[in-house]
Amino acid sequence: MITKAIKQGLTFAVVMAFLVGCSSASDKKKTTAAPAQTTTPVVQEAAPVVQEVANVVYFEFNKYDLTPEARAILLAHAEKLKGSSVAVRLEGHASEEGSREYNMALGEKRAKSARDFLVLQGVKAASLETVSYGEERPVATGHDEASYTQNRRVEIK
Amino acid sequence: MKHFLLLITMCMASYVSAQGANIIIDKGVDNPTRIAVDNFYYTGPKLSEDIGEIIRNDLNFSGLFESIPPERLITHPRTESEIRYHDFKTIKAEYLLIGGITEQAGRYSASYELFDVIQQKRVLMKITVDGSDSQLRDIAHKISDKVFETLTNIRGIFSTKIIYVEAFQRPARSRLMLSDVDGARPRQLFESKQPILSPVWSPDGTRVAYVSFESSRPAIYVQSIATGRKEQITNFKGLNGAPAWSPDGQKLAMVLSKDDNPEIYTVDLATRAFTRVTNMYAIDTEPSWTIDGTGIFFTSDRGVRPQIYKVTLATGITERVTFDGDYNARGRVSPDGKSLVMVNKRPGGNYQIAAQDLKSGNIRILTETNYDESPTIAPNGAMLMYATNIGGKGILGAASLDAKYKVRLPGKQGDVREPAWSPFF
Repeated sequence: MITKAIKQGLTFAVVMAFLVGCSSASDKKKTTAAPAQTTTPVVQEAAPVVQEVANVVYFEFNKYDLTPEARAILLAHAEKLKGSSVAVRLEGHASEEGSREYNMALGEKRAKSARDFLVLQGVKAASLETVSYGEERPVATGHDEASYTQNRRVEIK
Repeated sequence: MKHFLLLITMCMASYVSAQGANIIIDKGVDNPTRIAVDNFYYTGPKLSEDIGEIIRNDLNFSGLFESIPPERLITHPRTESEIRYHDFKTIKAEYLLIGGITEQAGRYSASYELFDVIQQKRVLMKITVDGSDSQLRDIAHKISDKVFETLTNIRGIFSTKIIYVEAFQRPARSRLMLSDVDGARPRQLFESKQPILSPVWSPDGTRVAYVSFESSRPAIYVQSIATGRKEQITNFKGLNGAPAWSPDGQKLAMVLSKDDNPEIYTVDLATRAFTRVTNMYAIDTEPSWTIDGTGIFFTSDRGVRPQIYKVTLATGITERVTFDGDYNARGRVSPDGKSLVMVNKRPGGNYQIAAQDLKSGNIRILTETNYDESPTIAPNGAMLMYATNIGGKGILGAASLDAKYKVRLPGKQGDVREPAWSPFF
């Protein structure tokens, strides 16, 4: 009973950590509409926190290394996926800047960065599939930085 | 002063209309050759195509000509003896093209003659081209080719074709399309609810290679243009993209990530043997063969920012090719092997199309819209086409390789992207 409480507390701490990370991320990206998380974490119930984990991680322009925010989100996913054999599809995307095939490779590298991180955290590699859509499936269709910030992403599905 | 003049030429975007097609000249050459092209004389009922109009549009599209339409002509001679050169000098025409059409049992014959107004002499003896009703457009393009080549010594590209992707949103849908270079006579080659990318013509002009996500993952296909018969070439885990035909048509170069990292591979289409070309923990993609087939240009971020490199296939020796700008990608070599055309961006600048002289390394910027991409070079090496975005809509633009002029093709229903210019047929 006591250990369970400690465990819950720990999970909570992890989630809090990434929520804080997210809020600082959205501060940086002032113009973006919604990188997924609210900036004011609600503290009351600790039980269903794992379901609140964002299923999108964002990247910098032309980069495929994980930001601290992305790591925090993926860490929370890893906790959830560890030991389970649920199939997960990691979809890499890019903003429309630059050439289409290069962006296809960029999306692939992003998806694989997320995959490698999850595997390092103990998620079974066999349960993770990566696919890149490059710039072909934008979530925001504007031709501006605000849209691009939302499109440089990996979706965890 | 120079800037002032440039500004004027750019502001004077002129509209040139043709049947169902409007090209917009964004930037013209300083002194385009002025050629009077009268309507082709025909006594029968109205034809399905206006040959004179198509020729005028073709010549204007080339950027090197400014055609003078029939309503601006003072007289309308039908034969050499009827020509009063003074009437054409008055309207500053340098050349005059006249012609007529006859019909016999559903076959049409178009005869034409070309005259030099300044020297007051015939340039081309009467030439006759014939075909069926559905070939009237082909007849017009053939005449344009002949006139263009006669007056410029450059082979005309008006009878060549383009393949492009037309994308629709809500619901998402992509179509692989084939059309004349002026955008006329569009025909669908393939349609999918999933993305279609990177079409390229086989060197003999009979097939197209492209990437389709129809299986929910990317795969490379080769499709016959005439029969529509389609064959899957790759279906590896991960990337299957950027197909590029070797000059002899026997191999395809491509990007695969089957060994985890995006790398360049070639496949022998007869034996289906794959050979890995690059080996670097970075993005290597967008292969494009050298003219002699001994090497491959490709885009890589091995130096952090995307730049174009060239690998010699026999030795594996790789050298960096582009240095000007912080983003250079998707290179294509001109038919004479002298220039590399690519997507270029300078720090703080736009994505534009540039051509690099491979010997000197000097680059010239060919387009200046934002988000210009996917350059494809005409088989005569004089022009290129590219995808651009005007008012949020994807359309095609064309420009000369010497950066002297720029035109826009008429928009389509969907977003038009990734043009691929055919070889000569």
